[in-house]
Amino acid sequence: MDFEPGELQGQVAAVARRFARERIAPAASENDRLGRFPEELMREAGALGLLGVNIPAAYGGSEAGAVAYALAMMEIAAADASVAVTIGVTNMVGEAIAAHGTEAQRQRCLTRLASGEWLAGAFALSEAQAGSDPASIATRAERRGDGWVLSGAKQWITSGDRAGVHVVWARTGAPAERQLTAFLVEAGTPGLLVGRHEVKMGQRASTTVELALEDCEVGDDAVLGRPGDGFRIAMQALDGGRIGIASQATGTMRAAIDASVRYAKERRTFGVPIAQHQAIAFALADLQVEHDAARLLTLRAASRKDLRRPFTREASMAKLFASEAAQRAVSRAVQIHGGYGYTEEFPVAKLFRDARVQTIYEGTSEIQRLVIAREVLRAAG
Amino acid sequence: MDIQLTEEQRQVRELCREFAEAELKPNARRWDEKHEFPRDAVKKLAEMGLLGVAIPPEWGGAGMDNVSYAIAMEEISRGCAGTGVIMSVNNSLYCDPVMKFGTDQQKQEFLTPFAAGERLGCFALTEPMSGSDAAEMRTTAERRGGEYVLNGTKNFITNGPQADVILLFAMTDRSKGHRGITAFLVPTELTGFSRGRPDDKVGIRASGSCSVFFEDCVIPERYRLGGEGEGFKVAMSTLDGGRIGIGAQALGIARAALEEAVAYAKDRKAFGQPIANFQAIQFMLADMATEVDAARLLVWRAASMKDRGVRFSAEAAMAKLFASEMSERVTSKALQIHGGYGYVKEFDVERHWRDSRITEIYEGTSEIQRLVISASVLKD
Repeated sequence: MDFEPGELQGQVAAVARRFARERIAPAASENDRLGRFPEELMREAGALGLLGVNIPAAYGGSEAGAVAYALAMMEIAAADASVAVTIGVTNMVGEAIAAHGTEAQRQRCLTRLASGEWLAGAFALSEAQAGSDPASIATRAERRGDGWVLSGAKQWITSGDRAGVHVVWARTGAPAERQLTAFLVEAGTPGLLVGRHEVKMGQRASTTVELALEDCEVGDDAVLGRPGDGFRIAMQALDGGRIGIASQATGTMRAAIDASVRYAKERRTFGVPIAQHQAIAFALADLQVEHDAARLLTLRAASRKDLRRPFTREASMAKLFASEAAQRAVSRAVQIHGGYGYTEEFPVAKLFRDARVQTIYEGTSEIQRLVIAREVLRAAG
Repeated sequence: MDIQLTEEQRQVRELCREFAEAELKPNARRWDEKHEFPRDAVKKLAEMGLLGVAIPPEWGGAGMDNVSYAIAMEEISRGCAGTGVIMSVNNSLYCDPVMKFGTDQQKQEFLTPFAAGERLGCFALTEPMSGSDAAEMRTTAERRGGEYVLNGTKNFITNGPQADVILLFAMTDRSKGHRGITAFLVPTELTGFSRGRPDDKVGIRASGSCSVFFEDCVIPERYRLGGEGEGFKVAMSTLDGGRIGIGAQALGIARAALEEAVAYAKDRKAFGQPIANFQAIQFMLADMATEVDAARLLVWRAASMKDRGVRFSAEAAMAKLFASEMSERVTSKALQIHGGYGYVKEFDVERHWRDSRITEIYEGTSEIQRLVISASVLKD
């Protein structure tokens, strides 16, 4: 048993760490304040191989595996969760295409996604009335000639205004069949319209938009997998996505700890640095323990994915634990900073806002608990 | 990165699981009730090599790694937490330091029979007024010619009522504080040694603990483990390993409670259906299972670092802190899921809840773990 990264995993993490520290971190505060999409950073991430970490090299990916991806996401998220989610969703879309796409789809989409030629990928599953329960999706795809016509509306779509390609889930078949199909819809396809931008409390440098599909026509070659495979494709992608969000939350915790340690060593009360008070030191100890637990749960899920073993339960545990622990970490970090923590002058206020969505997107904590309980009860026979 | 068990580790798990099912679970309630030392079970642990898991075969041990030790501790403690601590004290707190600090001559006398489980060891650091702060200890070892004269009292000594040899920590030079502490191996048959009555404990009642007294107890110099003044180093390095064992024990207790809660929730009906169908119960089970897995990974990480020979003090403290506090939460939730039945001795879950409580106290309280961890977080 060995919890240390292997050579390639370590290299990918080192590339991500350097990129995060030198390029992402310096811009994070301003991008957050302005709500500015980090276009240049996405191109650079592509050049560094961080947009296709677990994508085959034949299509321009780094082919470094899920553990390497998790390690890279932790590094990136420690610098800016917004950049992490944009990169994360792009990787997730790439992996779905790599897993289910035709050779032509892979050739066309993966090379552009992994290189950063396309700034991002988008995962268009959620709707106004369908989030945790994808079976209630209302967007429809009707057969017309040799192709399909999509109509409906999607909500909460990360990078929906910037993505080169969207995976769009729609109902197909007879209404009673509750059949879902995934389609690859490229930016610029007539009828794919970008709607309102959400004004979010955190992760403001990532864009979140509504998408409208109005008589949006695509060919048969846009179907990802087979008609009716949509639910399975979505669930499988989300299992991997959860490793991404768990990694992101772990990175947020890392940043909260680093900022708090720095502050606690400088700030003095009652004649000593506050780090010397047990109230503060013990809080830091608890943050470190929960960070390490989150990290290990995340790496375990990723390592099972690399081994091609089932990892649904493990990914949900990682996502649940890491995102919930991140809430505690950022709140404590603000507390340790006192009044300064409540201002945007220190990084913890942004961490506090950014972390909040981690227990919500890619499956709320409640959905993770449903998944875990189902697996636990099933395993008990 | 490789988070899978090896074939040998899998076998250890299966072997210990079967043993716990067959020999520990059916008896644990009785041992607890009667405060009875599980003599036969301990003898079988010895036959299975579980009293010297990570000690090389040349010194009577099973020659396995520390991850295997953690796995064995989890499985044994799942069956009976009291038996778990008997095993962990002999492995981590006795055999481990004798292996690490003993001379070959000392190992022949004080390690081989203990790792083989023919004799039982214990560890005596704590005193009535000195637990977490070892530098305050009052027990003294006075050098007289080629001998030491021991005087003082140690308490809460797990395996104390049964031990054949005590790894004792005593002051050879009080003026040096913790640098004046020295470790000794003291056979309990010597004149000047006596034991108090076994403690009446809340939990882990299959294991005995007691006070031990030294009154002008004379030992030869060759029973000193390490040099004079090295006792604190011996104790701290020993406790690093011990924390892996206690983390694994806490994990085993929690897993027993979780498994029983799952079984109960599937069986028990309320409002016309099994309570496992209600989200209130499901979500508790999900949180419990997640925390159990997180604790196991922390324990395995610390154990695997020990196997690789890198420093693992902070990681062992994290494993012990998280696993023990997790164990109290998980056993309490398991009791809650059992409702009134959880509060009576007809079910095992109340015992798990009582057993878990000590894991936050011995081999370094949660507060001491937080000191260790925060020192590591704040260093540089």
